[in-house]
Amino acid sequence: MTDVAVVGFAQTPCRRHGETTTSGVEMLVPIFHEVLAQTGLSRRDIDFWCSGSSDYLAGRAFSFVTAVDAIGAFPPIVESHVEMDAAWALYEAYVKILTGEATTALVYGFGKSSAGELSRVLALQLDPYLLAPLWIDSVSVAALQARLGIEAGLWTEKEMAEVAARSRAAALTNPAAQLAGDVSVEDLLDQPYVADPLRAHDCAPVSDGAAAVVLAAGDRARDLSPRPAWISGFAHRVDSPSLGVRDLTTALSATAAGRAAGIEVGIDVAELHAPFTHQELLLRRALDLPDDILINPSGGVLCGNPMFAAGLSRIGSAAQHVWSGRATRAAAHATSGPALQQNLVCVMEAR
Amino acid sequence: MLSAPLEIGFDYTRSLGPVLGRFMTGLRERRILGSRGSDGRVHAPVLEYDPVTHEPLTELVEVADEGAVVTWSWMPRPLEGQPLTRPFAWALIRLDGADTPMLHAVDAGEPGRMHTGMRVRARWTAEPIGHIRDIECFEPSGSGTAAHPPTAAPPVTEIITPIRLRYRHSASPAETRYLHGLADGRLLGQRCPACGKVYVPPRGACPTDGVPTTDEVELPDRGTVTTFCIVNVPFAGQRVTPPYVAAYVLLDGADIPIQHLVLGCPADEVRMGMRVEAVWRPREQWGTTPENIDHFRPSGEPDAPYESYAAHL
Amino acid sequence: MKRAAVLGTGQTEHRSRRTDVSMAGLCREAIDRALADAATDWSQIDAVVVGKAPDLFEGVMMPELFLADALGATGRPLLRVHTAGSVGGATAIVASSLVRAGVHQRVLAVAFEKQSESNAMWALSIHPPFTMPVGAGAGGYFAPHVRAYIRRSGAPEHIGAMVAVKDRRNGSLNPYAHLRQPEITLESVQASAMLWDPIRYDETCPSSDGACAVVIGDETAAEASLRPVAWIRATAMRTEPTFFSGKDHVDPRAGREAAEALWHAAGIVDPLEDIDAAEIYVPFSWFEPMWLENLGFVGPGQGWRLTEAGETRIDGRLPVNPSGGVLCSNPIGASGLLRFAEAAMQVMGRAGDHQVAGARTALGHAYGGGSQFFAMWVVADTPA
Repeated sequence: MTDVAVVGFAQTPCRRHGETTTSGVEMLVPIFHEVLAQTGLSRRDIDFWCSGSSDYLAGRAFSFVTAVDAIGAFPPIVESHVEMDAAWALYEAYVKILTGEATTALVYGFGKSSAGELSRVLALQLDPYLLAPLWIDSVSVAALQARLGIEAGLWTEKEMAEVAARSRAAALTNPAAQLAGDVSVEDLLDQPYVADPLRAHDCAPVSDGAAAVVLAAGDRARDLSPRPAWISGFAHRVDSPSLGVRDLTTALSATAAGRAAGIEVGIDVAELHAPFTHQELLLRRALDLPDDILINPSGGVLCGNPMFAAGLSRIGSAAQHVWSGRATRAAAHATSGPALQQNLVCVMEAR
Repeated sequence: MLSAPLEIGFDYTRSLGPVLGRFMTGLRERRILGSRGSDGRVHAPVLEYDPVTHEPLTELVEVADEGAVVTWSWMPRPLEGQPLTRPFAWALIRLDGADTPMLHAVDAGEPGRMHTGMRVRARWTAEPIGHIRDIECFEPSGSGTAAHPPTAAPPVTEIITPIRLRYRHSASPAETRYLHGLADGRLLGQRCPACGKVYVPPRGACPTDGVPTTDEVELPDRGTVTTFCIVNVPFAGQRVTPPYVAAYVLLDGADIPIQHLVLGCPADEVRMGMRVEAVWRPREQWGTTPENIDHFRPSGEPDAPYESYAAHL
Repeated sequence: MKRAAVLGTGQTEHRSRRTDVSMAGLCREAIDRALADAATDWSQIDAVVVGKAPDLFEGVMMPELFLADALGATGRPLLRVHTAGSVGGATAIVASSLVRAGVHQRVLAVAFEKQSESNAMWALSIHPPFTMPVGAGAGGYFAPHVRAYIRRSGAPEHIGAMVAVKDRRNGSLNPYAHLRQPEITLESVQASAMLWDPIRYDETCPSSDGACAVVIGDETAAEASLRPVAWIRATAMRTEPTFFSGKDHVDPRAGREAAEALWHAAGIVDPLEDIDAAEIYVPFSWFEPMWLENLGFVGPGQGWRLTEAGETRIDGRLPVNPSGGVLCSNPIGASGLLRFAEAAMQVMGRAGDHQVAGARTALGHAYGGGSQFFAMWVVADTPA
């Protein structure tokens, strides 16, 4: 099977109410420039383009179409789009390279989460007959999950605050982060609930942003990067949409994706897409991650959560650790849907 | 950068099919139905397809309209459209007779009155219609309403779900510049430094070269109709009353046409190559909008030759 | 690259309002038929790829999430593709890539649209601030470009009506078609209302509820099939911007280059000679001659001559849309996959009353956006 590696990554800073249009596409021009400069590629060298974004984030049908202009897609390009986080667009591009039809791919995700009322918009992901008419916001759904785990003794509010504090401290070295700083767990726990049992620090901020990743196959990857992050495993699964049927204290789809991607073997660092603090704790268990590995050295999405780009950014951030030599094997996780319904795991390694 | 509210709203009509239809019909009678899954468990509310085998679930069983809270969260500031306007709890509630819980609101007054395991009962609307919102919410047991006898009415086959979302729509810097130009009665484009093409409205970056476009060009308010259609069809949300001519107008000096209305002559006299000029609204009505130009009208000049605009079709 | 084949197809009875089913039920009608046609079941499906056009049509954000149980995706990989009107084609191509890459053995591709949940004209004409509110749905978008085609090619005015008559009559042979009009005539089409001049009511696709599903398998699965399969000889996708200086709305370069790549990859030198049936995305009748040219079946300005000569009829030299095509059924997100599935049905010999006699090689084609997203495949009754 063809060897495929992540060889380039760029992301915009995460900002709420960023200076960008509703679709957010002009955030792409500078990161395309950056990611192409990193690899020494030009637009014409890209065999396959694939993106992830959401019409509902932008409040318009076909919002992703405007992104095609930002690419400079003429002469015509080979291109596809998923209405998912761009981590799944990366998966589509990875498969495209495996078919042999492409040796390079540029994958991007973008969105302006602050254009609408994000937690209400996400209510439209729920069952349209039985749940969406109640407008159950995404934070409340996560809060139901958090309490289940607390009362089952799987995590505590203090451990959740510790996740927030560690993430914000880590984000001090991440220029793309929206939130960063040294905060004490005690101070965090003194804050009021926003959705009991969740406090503000338990929830990812609303972020506008975009990310781009370059993939390349085999020798091409070796030409483009001194130390490519070779993809050794890449898998994703989805769980039942029924919140009542699912065991919300775990994520079967994350466990299955992790196993299929080979996450259990010697990971040094993991970037987890956990928009709520308890979800990081849940995912550590579901993915069976050892305690001694580095989790979310970027600060994770708790410090900047650009919807539809955030999962892709986890992959890019994990790849950076392989490029730099800080990790021999790194894992990235992406999620989608209410309460971690859909999960993806990408394992990368130096060779 | 300019921004303005954008509201999208539609009352969606959802046909239900046999399983959801029976469920909604049950709600109209203040009864809650669950479905028996492949593993024997009862899921309430109903599931159409089994989460394990994916087979259709057709055995529906009635469960109680009261049960126990499995988990809950507190909503201190309810959002538009939610079941209650005062603070309330969301809860997963395992109804008596069901094995898996349903998600709904609990009117508990304050978070201190919520706890896992507490008993709650559905509070029904006065006149159920066969919709999930026939259950106004749940409330702590003891204050619930009595069971109602079934009514004889045709089955529920459809629900209506209004969806209203509000966005802040933002223009790009290049578009903002263009809109401010329009507010001054000017048409501003930008020239691509790579291909030399003049874009109006300006894009900020050339869609073919991908490079920033900064060289500003002012364009006249007259041009040539490249092609057009006559819109005769009315539709929801339409802003201009049909029939009207929606035309591509290639402003003199531009390399891409803009879409606008052509009026001032019978629709069937509009033709490809027709020369047109802008008819501006009264200056006091101008804003940052292309609607400052009310429409284009024939200028009376001879038609432009086909070759002069053929490359813009 | 590994080989892949269509093992089975399924589609719904397409109607303007399928009020008898939910979204899940609509999808399952197509899926269950596809699984049966492929003589397979859930135990053999490795992954699910879903295609659908804008989420605003149904008012559900990423509906594949709430549909995961119904789509058989729970516990499996699930991808959701959205490439505007071409999405059905893109869905099939992504599913075929999963097989051709050697990742999976059998993949279910499903696409749907339940347009009756809302109103496509509304959803496609939402007027954001700062723009001129002249948009009038897809018809309003494409009508000026049809006018440009007529001017450029010198096509006589009756060509659009001829295509409508052909496709609607073909649709009457297709039990799944939404519009089945065996009695339609050139005169009746020409007498129908002019909606978006120069496009008439009868030259316009309907708004449909419907779904389509396809099971794609690898070489082992295909060879194990007891019934004929449709071997995927080649796929192609191309994209260009919506609107730029130099854009050719009549003969878009993205479509032309996709077709060139497709014919090359399939080893086809003369598509007019080698293709036995073509399912081409024709939402407005005039797009038949336009796409015949864009696809390279004939030279520029010649497409209408093929139509006028009757060569695109079901018994013609190049039968185009023997199923009745998009003009008879348009569940937008599924329309592209229907083209791809109908092409497969032709070479599998399972097209029923609209079977093209002796069809061995067929084209499935879809486009979307402002004539800017193109997806196409060639299927055949033998692997090479």
